[in-house]
Amino acid sequence: MVRTTGKILHRLAIELVLPLALFGLLLAVSANSTNFYFPPLARVLERFDALWLGPRFVTDVLPSLGRLIAGYAIACLAGVVIGVPLGMFAALRRAAEPVLEFFRAIPPPALIPVLVMLAGFGDTMKVAVIVTGAIWPILLNTVEGVKGADSVLDETCRTYQIRGMSRLWNFVLPSASPQIVVGMRVGLSIGIILMVISEMFAATTGLGAAIIVFQRSFEIPEMWSGVLMLGLFGFALSVVFRLFERRALKWYYGMRDLERRS
Amino acid sequence: MAMNAVAVVSVSHLNKVYQSRERRVEAIGDLTFDVAAGDFTCIVGPSGAGKTTLLKCLSGLLAPTSGAILVNGHAVVGPPAEMAVVFQEYGRSLFPWKTVRENIELPLREKKIARTERARLVDEALEAVALTGVAGSYPWQLSGGMQQRVAIARAVAYQPKVMVLDEPFAAVDAQTRADLEDLMLRLWSELDLTVIFVTHDIDEAVYLGQRVLVLSSSPTRVLDDVPIDIAGPRSQATTRVEPRFAELRTRVYRGIQQAKASVHG
Amino acid sequence: MARRLNSVSGFLLLAILWEVAPRLGLADRQFFPPLSRLLVELFSLAATQEFWGYLLSTARTWAIGLVVATAAGVIAGLAIGLVPGARTYTHSTIEFLRPIPSVALIPGVILIFGSRYQSGVVLITYAAFWQVLLQMLYGLNDIDAVARDTARSFRFSRTGFIVHVAWPTLLPFLFTGIRLAASIALVLAVTAEMVIGTYGIGRGIVVAQTSNAIPTMYALVIVTGLMGVGINVAARGIEQRLLRWHPSVRNTAAI
Repeated sequence: MVRTTGKILHRLAIELVLPLALFGLLLAVSANSTNFYFPPLARVLERFDALWLGPRFVTDVLPSLGRLIAGYAIACLAGVVIGVPLGMFAALRRAAEPVLEFFRAIPPPALIPVLVMLAGFGDTMKVAVIVTGAIWPILLNTVEGVKGADSVLDETCRTYQIRGMSRLWNFVLPSASPQIVVGMRVGLSIGIILMVISEMFAATTGLGAAIIVFQRSFEIPEMWSGVLMLGLFGFALSVVFRLFERRALKWYYGMRDLERRS
Repeated sequence: MAMNAVAVVSVSHLNKVYQSRERRVEAIGDLTFDVAAGDFTCIVGPSGAGKTTLLKCLSGLLAPTSGAILVNGHAVVGPPAEMAVVFQEYGRSLFPWKTVRENIELPLREKKIARTERARLVDEALEAVALTGVAGSYPWQLSGGMQQRVAIARAVAYQPKVMVLDEPFAAVDAQTRADLEDLMLRLWSELDLTVIFVTHDIDEAVYLGQRVLVLSSSPTRVLDDVPIDIAGPRSQATTRVEPRFAELRTRVYRGIQQAKASVHG
Repeated sequence: MARRLNSVSGFLLLAILWEVAPRLGLADRQFFPPLSRLLVELFSLAATQEFWGYLLSTARTWAIGLVVATAAGVIAGLAIGLVPGARTYTHSTIEFLRPIPSVALIPGVILIFGSRYQSGVVLITYAAFWQVLLQMLYGLNDIDAVARDTARSFRFSRTGFIVHVAWPTLLPFLFTGIRLAASIALVLAVTAEMVIGTYGIGRGIVVAQTSNAIPTMYALVIVTGLMGVGINVAARGIEQRLLRWHPSVRNTAAI
């Protein structure tokens, strides 16, 4: 089937019609709003332009992003490094599973006071909060992915003397990678939430801190513009992640699409 | 049979018992046979004859309960480095995240073969199985028959002393199967391979082998050792209608029937 | 040796470490009280009315939020899944709204509800709603496929179709959605209590920390973990019991 430009435009129109309608509706309904808490959308957009496309991007959005990347990277690394041996050795898994089950059930924000006590209100605490929340889906999915490796491929590795680190790089990690990436996707959204909560809790800089400061000082249009910025932040990261996913798992999606078509 | 030649694989009094808490299953009773260098040996048996168990013991994936297996003079304790295995499940024995070339190259990298030599071996293997054009494709983009050819190319490039195939063509269609059989014969004669070919298909065994070992139902023993004395090169069109082919086929078939009867009787 | 590493040994090892390390001075006793100290604290907490007040309040916010989110997810799912074309037109909107972190709503709900429990309910509803909605849409998608297959071989009346095909196909998806929603709801209930200050365990943890009652803080954190385990175990138990007849044990990402 050949995709013509017309078809793509049609598809685009379908995708855009509802978001644009909702946006227009909100713009129109709020235009004459005198409600203090719900100012006109146009005013919020104007503040958005002035604040977030201006200095605030550097002073608040970038620090938030930095903490998120640091915490998320540690969570990914630790989740995989701990998850791989647990997936490979059943005895280890049996011993560790109930403990992990308990720790992942603790709502991550509940650990913020503990981490504040241990690390103060600085960046270390915020990064640690992100790690303690984002690591679980990554770790658990790594365990599942490694556990589910194909037995014939495993025998192939054994007969061709593929062992040790080479086995890890060429067999164990790639075969678990689709499941690991699923965990990373969930971990990312949890990481964003915890980034915001940790900043709200210890208000200094960052998106979460800025929003809560605006709210406390009743700068309502500014506050809503921050909420909008946060929404766009989450959306942009999920788009970036999807691009990464498609690229890193090219083989997996290719294989799956082929199976679906047949 | 070929007693003057050197035995590349030597199996003596192999016995394998699966023992669990509830029950004890003797899969292999007492197996003894040799495979000479350069031989093409087919192993047939009724389903449930412990063929897979035998193959896993041969390839060092499973430890025998008693008895010994020697490959190239060394006792098998783990997968022997001189052996390449082609599995029945071609779709699951190739790495889907690696291209055809990378799949063939990986075991060579493990053998610490230099880059240029690796490239040469991979190219030759691809040429031998007529897959030069798809080196950059992923295995799952290929048909089943082509995937199995990639697995065979990987085994060929590995330059093993002995190549073991476990019902490799059981999951492909009849036409592809005939093509793959001829490919195996050609590789065997051109590359001077030693082949152990496990199958449940009597025709295939007689058509391919220089020798056919007929196994009994479990606990498995060797029921018959049939030398396949069909002169000249084999051909799908003519070999299968030769009188000698029919006689040998009948002999193997009777052996298998007898094996089945001994279970039910 | 390997066989001895069973499920009890992991906990045992952790418990011993947690008890011994502070006592030997390997960990700061002020920040890491020995486990026995925490357990004593937990028992004395359980005797106070305040503790049960926290617990019930958190449980109430959680339950109301989960029910509202489930209802909203089911209704929205049916509307989007059953109205022809609706899925195509809402797709991009859902994909845009879903990644918006639920915590973005915090300032908004503070303005409207302040520190009343409804703040928590709104946060929970927003976050948990997506889990239910997405699973509903997956399930309804599945019904389409199943319906196409069965329609060829059987003739079903409309009610027969709903009872025998649609409902059994949808149920496991719905349950997966509710199970995921239940654990997310707890996270947001605690979040609301900590950040907004609604009454409940989360606020208890913050109060304990600021008043330097460290054993109390740990004890309450352990309680939230036990609540989480309880929710997971109960949800899985109900799911297995209800769906025992179902051929496919549904696999989803571990969260």
